[in-house]
Amino acid sequence: MSKANRFFLLIPATLGILVFALFPLLQIAIPTVTSGANPIALYSQFLQSHYDLQVIFRTLTIAVITTLVTVLLGLPTALWISRQTTAWRQVLSVIILFPILTNAVVRNFAWIIILGKNGVLNNLLQGLHLISAPLTLLYTDSAIVIGSVYLFLPIMITTLVDSANGLNPEIEEAAAVLGSRPFTVLREIILPQMAPAILTGAILVFAGAMTAYTTPQLLGGNRHLVMSTLIYQQAMTLGNWTTASVVAIVLIGLSLLVLGLLRWYTGRLDRRVQHA
Amino acid sequence: MLDRHNRVLQIIGVIVLALLILPLGIVVVTSFGTEATISFPIKGFTLAWYANIWTQPAFVSGFQSSLTIALLASLLALLIGVPAVYALTRFNIPKQGWFQTLFLSPTLIPEIVIGFALYQTLVISWRLPLWPSLLIGHLLLCLPYVIRLVTSSMLHLDPHIEEAAWTLGTSRPHAFFTIVLPNIRTSIVAAFMLCFINSFNNIPISLFLNGPSQNMLPTAILNYLQNNYDPTVSALSVLLMLFTAALMILMERLLGVGALTTTGTNA
Repeated sequence: MSKANRFFLLIPATLGILVFALFPLLQIAIPTVTSGANPIALYSQFLQSHYDLQVIFRTLTIAVITTLVTVLLGLPTALWISRQTTAWRQVLSVIILFPILTNAVVRNFAWIIILGKNGVLNNLLQGLHLISAPLTLLYTDSAIVIGSVYLFLPIMITTLVDSANGLNPEIEEAAAVLGSRPFTVLREIILPQMAPAILTGAILVFAGAMTAYTTPQLLGGNRHLVMSTLIYQQAMTLGNWTTASVVAIVLIGLSLLVLGLLRWYTGRLDRRVQHA
Repeated sequence: MLDRHNRVLQIIGVIVLALLILPLGIVVVTSFGTEATISFPIKGFTLAWYANIWTQPAFVSGFQSSLTIALLASLLALLIGVPAVYALTRFNIPKQGWFQTLFLSPTLIPEIVIGFALYQTLVISWRLPLWPSLLIGHLLLCLPYVIRLVTSSMLHLDPHIEEAAWTLGTSRPHAFFTIVLPNIRTSIVAAFMLCFINSFNNIPISLFLNGPSQNMLPTAILNYLQNNYDPTVSALSVLLMLFTAALMILMERLLGVGALTTTGTNA
């Protein structure tokens, strides 16, 4: 096989990514350093604005809380699923997979119905006489968190179930025989073995929750912008393309930074597991 | 013991499963309601909202273009992705890791940014029509799935089988189609299904690249929800859930139950 031929098969994919992913990215990145008084002028302007900082803070907070809640709910659920009989496990896996493959609009729309002013939850609470006037649940930061958890919990569960299936129950039995209580077993035996999977899940959920558009758009409304909805608003509603580009670059930077940290920590954990 | 009879695990597991299913169940119920705005529980039963879907041209044309774009983007991703994976796993390509990183790089860029950047470059600078721009955007979405899934199955395939065929006089392309392709079939089908579903459901990329003349179904629903709150969207959601269910059954038939649950992790 000649050298030219070998590369021939790589050309379409390489060109495709270079021309349609990296070049457009450069095209939005360049004006952000050339239009200001100095290369970082626009960025320092953006990072000094109280409003924009609030958006960044909200984006990160929502992503962090979503990740934590999905781990807290996902871990026991995954353990429970992995301890079922094979037939049940398959049924449960399909139930978990179904929402993942269902359109995000549909899944968020469900929460509009539940959280709205005359929604299911308000009606229920009023019916039980727990509240006298409907609560404002929709178009809040909490609504975005609820929607994001709903969106990403199945992904966390499938990631954790794979790992939980690989646990050896005999180690837990041995610990129980020696007098360990379930919580000790969870902390000392299960968690260390599942730590890499928890981090993998956390990476998937954090990256997804931080950059998601549909959930904050549908459940947060116009007054609770996150970075992704801010990009769309600046670009398409206000026509401030350079500002939108600045937000886009900051979003890429932040997500790469957090994911890099999580991956670095996963790498350290993996090494520790291998050495053990 | 933390086995399946453990009370705490059982309670949390059941509650989480209920929380995952109930919201979708509520959507299904509201789609049959007779009142003009969405209400739950419903007062009467009607199928009128299902008929109403077809009176919304944005939904009908959106479904058609979402379907076409998803099919074409998945096929194109396979057409350019599989040869690239073959070259990377079989030829001694220098800087192999660089290519791998390059091909997976779209996953590192938030989808909303891909949409925005493509809008600037393709639509504004190059004055490309929306339809090819959408196809390119969705192709970028799909390519990493192909690269990831097909690479792992190529690495599992013993290269000696192919080499045996060459020694026996089979040409390289012929050996690829008769020996390699049948062996990596499962990963190709899985990649195609994942590409299709993710492209069909995608919003952030389509958002920037559609307009009044070019609708996509998810963004058409998003637009509709800005001004309306009637059970038409519930009815449409039910149809989309049925569509998802049909795709899952198809995946199970083509790949087996095991594949269904393992591909979920990559979604």
